[in-house]
Amino acid sequence: MSKVMVAMSGGVDSSVAAALMLEQGHEVVGVTLRLWGGESDSGCCAISDVDDARRVCDELKIDHHVFNMSDEFDNHVVNPYVSSHAAGLTPNPCIECNRHIKFDLLHHRVQALGFDRLATGHHARIITQPDGTHYLARAIDTSKDQSYVLYMLDQKKLAILDLPIGDLTKEQVRDLAIKLNLRTATKPDSQDVCFITREHGRNDFLRKRIPLTPGRVIDTTGAEVGSVEAVEMVTIGQRKGMATAGGTDPRYAIDVDVPNATVTVGKPEDLLVDSMPVKDCVWANQPTSGSVLVQISAHGKPMEATLKDNNVYWAEPQRRVAPGQAVVFYSDNKVLGGGMAC
Amino acid sequence: MTYLDHAASTPTRPEVVEAMMPWFTQHPGNPSGAHQQAREARRAVDEARDAVAALVGADSSEVVFTSGGTEADNLAIDGVLRSKGGTPICSATEHPAVLEPVRDNGGIVVPTDEAGQISLEALAETLNSIDNISLVSAMTANNETGVINPITGIAELLEERFPSTYLHTDAVQATAWMDLAKYCEGAHLISITGHKFGGPKGAGALIIKKGVPFLATQRGGGQERERRSGTQNVPAIVGLGKAAQIMMSEREILSARVTDLRNQLEEKLIVLIPDTFRTLPAESNRTPQIAHLCFKDVESESLLFLLEQEGIAASAASSCASGAQQVSHVLQAMGIDYEKASGSIRLSLGWTTTEEEINHALNVIPQAVTQLREYSK
Repeated sequence: MSKVMVAMSGGVDSSVAAALMLEQGHEVVGVTLRLWGGESDSGCCAISDVDDARRVCDELKIDHHVFNMSDEFDNHVVNPYVSSHAAGLTPNPCIECNRHIKFDLLHHRVQALGFDRLATGHHARIITQPDGTHYLARAIDTSKDQSYVLYMLDQKKLAILDLPIGDLTKEQVRDLAIKLNLRTATKPDSQDVCFITREHGRNDFLRKRIPLTPGRVIDTTGAEVGSVEAVEMVTIGQRKGMATAGGTDPRYAIDVDVPNATVTVGKPEDLLVDSMPVKDCVWANQPTSGSVLVQISAHGKPMEATLKDNNVYWAEPQRRVAPGQAVVFYSDNKVLGGGMAC
Repeated sequence: MTYLDHAASTPTRPEVVEAMMPWFTQHPGNPSGAHQQAREARRAVDEARDAVAALVGADSSEVVFTSGGTEADNLAIDGVLRSKGGTPICSATEHPAVLEPVRDNGGIVVPTDEAGQISLEALAETLNSIDNISLVSAMTANNETGVINPITGIAELLEERFPSTYLHTDAVQATAWMDLAKYCEGAHLISITGHKFGGPKGAGALIIKKGVPFLATQRGGGQERERRSGTQNVPAIVGLGKAAQIMMSEREILSARVTDLRNQLEEKLIVLIPDTFRTLPAESNRTPQIAHLCFKDVESESLLFLLEQEGIAASAASSCASGAQQVSHVLQAMGIDYEKASGSIRLSLGWTTTEEEINHALNVIPQAVTQLREYSK
């Protein structure tokens, strides 16, 4: 029996995660992080979600605590998100939250408070090798797999982490919640970025925090072919809003130059590259090179490539990856590590 | 369980529970009615009114029963402003129940000194520079640190130089420890609540002295002399009255006993745990029940977690709706740096506190701080 802290968002996955840890005979305490103090409608971090987590803990007869990490969330997640956009990058705030909040601050607090293990309701699995090393692997339910946003977990983090629902499909998770009579059983999945409201959207959020620059759109010959409202909001590969007046062929953003407020558009084939550099790589175990599968978005298709000296060489030419996006390396279903497109 | 969170809520006195019971089980009357049962309820409410009036040095007709301290604070500010208009002022260390309505009414928040006390100079300056300030709200004692505001000084300042400005004081945290009849004599409006001095939750009062311009915010049947409509919560009001009576007879002895226990706790913790600071400057004028300390390299949230595991209930800053600890606006107003404030804790004592509880805390807290410091980054 271990002393386990379960991070509970107030959703069905972490509710069931807590129930499963309890069923395994552990001493379990539920914790909800209060991260975002502003407006939210995404089903994450709102007071009603804290209440849901608390009520589930009551149903499971375990203690529930709330940790306020909102200052750290601002510093490590929200502010970098805003400044990344200002620099024309495409940030993933969920990954930064996992990196800095859940699997750093909370991970640290788990140990400081005398707990043996941390459990979360992420859809991914942890596999322990015969030699005692651990690997993060894709969830059984590949449509819900979250291994991409957990690529930063190293041996130290994996060693005390439990992901109890990674072996279940979403349907099985919901069935279990219904069987256990948990009040979150039919709660919709949370989506999107917790601090961006569906009502007002990303543009509105950024506009309140940084000046957005109207930009010109040029084609690959340098001719001006249109304009965009905010160059900071354009992502490489984006098609929406890139069509040229009177043009019939689809156009894609192939370059975003924030300082010069210019977006270059081109044909799909103009996006194709043979390789791309990555930076800030972290590894599950040790630095890897050679043949890998590469995933460049949360639910993207893994593609074959060769990894060498912080460069990804695609087996087949691929579309450019927007700078700032996470690039995660897999071997079969195992996460080897990841970095950031640059 | 060692309960060191009396400033959040102190246990209800058994005599209070006993006094309340018949008003749940035997007497159904609505105090506004005309028959025998109604008159009984009315008499019970009026007797409680007399007890509360005596406790705060007011006339019975000046007592308006409310659902608690927050309603009393809101009502004081909104009620005066609705009638008289003008601008309200308070200091930055007030309870949110004062800060929010002051801000909503376009009011001014003045800075405090390093102890969190309202500065008479800053107040006079603001009163001089801005026309039409109708209300000053200054808490008698702060809910986080227990520091006492110079209510008499503020009352004198207003009386001498700004006679058309009224003074409200939130005495919620002071009621169990100070002679409000004397100390808050110059205030025109006074808020109290039962559950901070042995009464039930959900029963409080706003004292509105005669002649204070006031217009009710909760309207309806005109109860409480048209100052707060709604059927009175008879059992809770009876309990509030009983608690007021007990305070009158026991306050001095209780204050002396709790001061002694608090000092033991505070002084020993400072000796036992290196890098421990008093949040308030030494020699600050403060109420007896609160030991407020900052531990270097400790997060209060983690400390409270460990204390709870060892059977000690305490708190840090005031809790927000989600139950998470916010960095205290009171400590910010006092100018305490973030690092120090983030390791602060409030241990608050009350009428049930025993020497055993203090010794328990003295055993547990040093160990918990040591454990957390081993892991501090």
